[in-house]
Amino acid sequence: MSDVELAPGAERGEADGSAEGQTAGAGTAAPLDDPARFVAAFERMVLIREFEQEIHRLFLKGEVHGTTHLSAGQEAVPVGVCLALEPDDYVAGTYRGHGHALAKGTDPETLAAEMLGRATGVCGGRAGSMNVIDLEHGLVGCFGIVGGSIAAATGAALTAKHNGHVAAAFFGDGATNQGYFHECLNFARVLDLPAVFVCENNFYGEFTPMQQVTAGSDIAARGAAYGIPSRVVDGNDLLAVYEAALEAVELARAGRGPSLLECQTYRHYGHSKSDPAKYRPEGELERWLERDPLVVARARLVEAGVSDEELDGAAERAKDHMRRASEAALAAPYPDPQAERPTEFAP
Amino acid sequence: MSVTVDQLEFRTAIRDAIAEELERDPAVVFFGEDVAAPGGVFMVTPELQERFGEERVFDTPISELALAGAAFGAAVTGLRPVFEVMFGDFMALPMDSLVNQAAKFWYISNEQGSVPLVVRSAVGGGGRFGAMHSQFHATWFQGIPGLKIVAPSSPADAKGLLKAAIRDDNPVIFLEHKRLYSVKGPPPSNGDVVPLGVANVVREGSDVTIVSVAKGVPDSLAAAELLASDGIDAEVIDLRTLRPLDLDTVLDSVARTNRLVAVEEGPRLGGWAAGLLGAVAADALHDLDDAWVIATGETPIPYSPPLEDAFMPTPETIAADVRARLG
Repeated sequence: MSDVELAPGAERGEADGSAEGQTAGAGTAAPLDDPARFVAAFERMVLIREFEQEIHRLFLKGEVHGTTHLSAGQEAVPVGVCLALEPDDYVAGTYRGHGHALAKGTDPETLAAEMLGRATGVCGGRAGSMNVIDLEHGLVGCFGIVGGSIAAATGAALTAKHNGHVAAAFFGDGATNQGYFHECLNFARVLDLPAVFVCENNFYGEFTPMQQVTAGSDIAARGAAYGIPSRVVDGNDLLAVYEAALEAVELARAGRGPSLLECQTYRHYGHSKSDPAKYRPEGELERWLERDPLVVARARLVEAGVSDEELDGAAERAKDHMRRASEAALAAPYPDPQAERPTEFAP
Repeated sequence: MSVTVDQLEFRTAIRDAIAEELERDPAVVFFGEDVAAPGGVFMVTPELQERFGEERVFDTPISELALAGAAFGAAVTGLRPVFEVMFGDFMALPMDSLVNQAAKFWYISNEQGSVPLVVRSAVGGGGRFGAMHSQFHATWFQGIPGLKIVAPSSPADAKGLLKAAIRDDNPVIFLEHKRLYSVKGPPPSNGDVVPLGVANVVREGSDVTIVSVAKGVPDSLAAAELLASDGIDAEVIDLRTLRPLDLDTVLDSVARTNRLVAVEEGPRLGGWAAGLLGAVAADALHDLDDAWVIATGETPIPYSPPLEDAFMPTPETIAADVRARLG
């Protein structure tokens, strides 16, 4: 992996939605050694999209409480990264973390039940949308504090150094202005930890354009400043993310330390439920919708020899999976405060 | 006072506890700023790296947030990290990881996993270190469910409580009073491990109960000796841990003495001593003839020796206060 691969000719920090200038194999038909894995990855992407749309619907019905941060439009990043990981590897996600959990293997029924505050939720309803933990699938946590995932994965990478695994952190462009980002990238580099730092640059930190609050507007260059192999990746292209992640994971597993992937992508919804995203310039969303990661993934997979019918089947399975998951979650009981026996401390 | 070969120095007790736990459990790792090759700025941890290797004992950048975050991530994936945040005052920096990540994990994960980490710091005034190297940070964390807070007062307790903290499956904040590092005392007598959450009656008495932690305990014991010469028989309780809080031991004592004074090296408002008085009053107001707090002033800790000396509770000021109060 080269130190920094800037998008040639592209304006830094602009959410222009253009595929042009994106690196990592755009336009080439990548050989698929195991097509079924990529069809399954496409199915996961559709599942995440369906999950987010269902959560959106259930929020409007008053079934999902408080707030929720949807990742529709960003599905290629977690799915592409997790495709490069082994089941025993670790990931840490963000408060926009439904996709991170689902990509790592969390059951959509238990995840939906968690959003609904039900006893069958992956955290028994104690965590909610922003703070999901699923240790069985290597998800060490999703963090309601911007940048928290970076530290959690850095620590998991300390363990990984001892047991041969790899730890990946997902975080947004906003997190690259937090102390967590700078302290942990330095820490991971000087200790050569097997970590993959995955920035989902969706060009907005909450309601504010990234370039307005990010000096230099160049996240990959920040990684390079710490001596960390860093590159810009087309975050809406499943195969591009996968190839970049695979390279980073191989470096980590070979004992050569951390990498940073700046995956450029876009969220279709606003920041959270209170945000109609009126700050976006006219036409920006539409340009990105033309590069919807589901559309891009389908085109790339068809180009590589997968049939449309196979992908249609995968999409149908995902939709059906989500329908059943949602029905089961809605039918599940709420936790009973009288029956709860929480302990403050682990025994 | 002569020191026999059996005497254990507080700083050695800390090092021995870490070394014995590194020896006992391969999951234990130890890291921090200047702790490994240099052996710590208070010379508490020399030679651990030579003995256990650079993978298990290592120096880190001056990045307290990364240290705490790394400890958290390592703890939830199977290691048992012990790390040093050099001075307690620096604990403001890793606050998010300790409070939002480590403390909440056991509960919000629905008890999927725990966070076995220990963060040690040198704390306390009296060393002429000024306002940003002298605070006793326990109360910053006392209101956080899921954290344990330990502040030993003797070499034996330092060793026994630190071993217990490292074996504990929960995040533990461990405060080492820097004025105790050179204190020598008997080694642990009743086994090595001192359980967390159990207070210690270090002096029995019938007239008043003095409660403290860390350096406040030897200060209170010295005050009790001064009071004894005035015919006042003081009981002294070392809480040892501030969360969880062993309220029962205090209630048992107050039931006999009917008077309670809590000695805190820190401001009264928002302090652990005021919280203790509230808890005792709520459960046993009928036992109380008097209850009060001896604390510092409500300012940052001053540097100049006469100012700092006047700021801190001492055996003399504790004894004088008890005398005045008991009339």
